[in-house]
Amino acid sequence: MNIHEYQAKQIFAKYNVPVPKGKVAFSVDEAVANAKELGGNIWVVKAQIHAGGRGLGGGVKLAKSIDEVKQFATEILGMTLVTHQTGPEGKLVQKIYIEEGADIADELYLGVVLDRAKEMPVIMASTEGGMEIEKVANETPEKIVKVAVDPSIGFQGFHGRKLAFGLGLPKEQIGKFIKFAAALYKVYMDNDASLIEINPLVKTGAGDFIAIDGKMGFDDSALGRHPDIEAMRDISEEDPAEMEAGKYGLSYVKLDGNVGCMVNGAGLAMGTMDTINYVGGTPANFLDVGGAASAETVAKGFEIILRDPNVKSIFVNIFGGIVRCDRIANGILEATKLVNVSVPVIVRLDGTNAPEAAEILKNANIGNVIAATDLGDGAKKAVAAAKGE
Amino acid sequence: MSILVNKDTKVIVQGFTGKEGTFHSEQCIAYGTKIVGGVTPNKGGQTHLGLPVFNTVSEAIVATGATVSIIFVPPAFVGDAVMEAADAGIELAVIITEGAPVKDMMMAKAYAVKNNMKTLGPNCPGIITAEECKIGIMPGMVFKKGNVGLISKSGTLTYEGANQVCNVGYGISTAIGIGGDPIIGLSYIQLLQMFENDSETEAIVMIGEIGGDLEIQAAKYIKENITKPVVAFIAGQTAPKGKRMGHAGAIISGSAGTAAEKMAALEAAGVAVVKSPAEIGHKVKEVLSK
Ligand SMILES: Nc1ncnc2c1ncn2[C@@H]1O[C@H](COP(=O)(O)OP(=O)(O)OP(=O)(O)O)[C@@H](O)[C@H]1O
Ligand SMILES: [Mg+2]
Repeated sequence: MNIHEYQAKQIFAKYNVPVPKGKVAFSVDEAVANAKELGGNIWVVKAQIHAGGRGLGGGVKLAKSIDEVKQFATEILGMTLVTHQTGPEGKLVQKIYIEEGADIADELYLGVVLDRAKEMPVIMASTEGGMEIEKVANETPEKIVKVAVDPSIGFQGFHGRKLAFGLGLPKEQIGKFIKFAAALYKVYMDNDASLIEINPLVKTGAGDFIAIDGKMGFDDSALGRHPDIEAMRDISEEDPAEMEAGKYGLSYVKLDGNVGCMVNGAGLAMGTMDTINYVGGTPANFLDVGGAASAETVAKGFEIILRDPNVKSIFVNIFGGIVRCDRIANGILEATKLVNVSVPVIVRLDGTNAPEAAEILKNANIGNVIAATDLGDGAKKAVAAAKGE
Repeated sequence: MSILVNKDTKVIVQGFTGKEGTFHSEQCIAYGTKIVGGVTPNKGGQTHLGLPVFNTVSEAIVATGATVSIIFVPPAFVGDAVMEAADAGIELAVIITEGAPVKDMMMAKAYAVKNNMKTLGPNCPGIITAEECKIGIMPGMVFKKGNVGLISKSGTLTYEGANQVCNVGYGISTAIGIGGDPIIGLSYIQLLQMFENDSETEAIVMIGEIGGDLEIQAAKYIKENITKPVVAFIAGQTAPKGKRMGHAGAIISGSAGTAAEKMAALEAAGVAVVKSPAEIGHKVKEVLSK
């Protein structure tokens, strides 16, 4: 699960990670009121969406008067922000963050993420903040300092020194930076984060460090023990079809093709999409029905797939392990009664009780249900059906 | 021969008396696996499925001589269960549970390594040595005995791959699902090495997925160390580019973990890479009849 910048900054503040003062707003009036409350004479108006690259996309504006706050808030609220991380469809901005302007002397980068190879969190820092950090990683990797922290010993002074001296910071800033990094590591561990990124981490004119941006992601499997973070979930950032599917234990992602897919298991679901592509078709979606496919979930799956007008055929590919194929076959029959399935359905059922399942489907003799013998055969038939062959 | 487990392996079940534990223990026993007992705290002394229940893993080991544990406990308790197994002297823990917090697995894995306990998973289908021993949740009838070793991140693709190998007239020595979580136990490299050293295994099927760089590391290892033919499939060539929030993941692995990248690395290592799982069977036949 991801959260917004303003929420990440609330968490940072709790751990004494310095952040500018700011307040979220849902309307232009609120934005103006927030700016007045914050005081000062320079504010930043920032679109709150779950994606980076907002600045380049026009979602971050520096206001030098209350009138400008009003003007930028009006522009940004309700705009569809397109950045390199949103995809071409962009994201609708429904909230903005009004923040006091910081006095920026230098922009650094600081992040914490799991290093899968080392199997421990790694803190990454660079003096090249602000710009595309991947570019720095590719072109001048020596400018990124990485320090893995063994969680059994936790963040020690030497971790901080490796980072601070590695960045070549001046003497008077070493202590401040180490304190900052230590606090951020604690944020990461205490909250079961999967990612924290501060880009830029700003060094102010007075020589202090402050988090100007904050991105946080969390381990979904650990949310159960963090009700405070679960409460930060913004459902407007999530795809409605994916969410609805989730309620039924289905995992759904819409794609651009015309062959709908219903498969058990994420790996086989991706493998099925790849096979459709391999035989010359295009998958319309990823859909994992999970291990407990019932008539109800299969029906829901059909319903969600068929909402996409591009879908011209559906390939049901089940490798029944513990799930029995005869049950799935009955589920498909039930589902076709519950939902009006208007396109050809190609069914491949393999594994436990597959022969019984084939009998069930054959006897039901539904016009648009076509049996397939294996994965390759099913994919070919589904692609042919989508082409109207 | 086979790798890691065989017909003589003695297995206990952690989370024995729960719904999942019970169902899959029955299946494993029916397959012929030597399940010798189970652990459910506060139920020690009872009998379940005709086998003894213990309060702790230590007690279970003393009484049964088990060397392997299969873990079905709920996600929040997986870390604890794995560490208990390691502390008690279990040699291999097979972690089936899905949804264990990453932080817990990070701590538990480190502790397992320190105690010389191997782990598989979490969130995996387990391990099966065909027609001898099934320590997992896979459909046993798919795995006919033979000379092909199989390693897969995905559960269902383990079954699909094994099924194809058997349908073209070959069979499986041992098949392992390693799981796709951020922290996993045994991975491609260790298992490839075991298959290389296993006299029964003549070819290896390796099934990967997008994300991370385990397959890239495996490709490097294969190039330098594996003499047996390897057939590989990487799932997710057509998966949409994930909506990303940050950049840090890619910086760390140094790669975006795309299917194309992994397939190219494997091909460069001399692996026979197929574009669809439907081609695994044919390819295995082709490399083995050379
Ligand atoms: N409070 C602030 N005071 C002064 N300048 C700011 C402030 N907030 C943001 N900026 C400026 O705007 C730029 C973009 O802001 P920010 O990094 O928060 O958004 P972003 O575009 O999403 O970042 P990313 O490149 O990480 O995706 C910053 O690099 C900084 O120069
Ligand atoms: Mg930024």
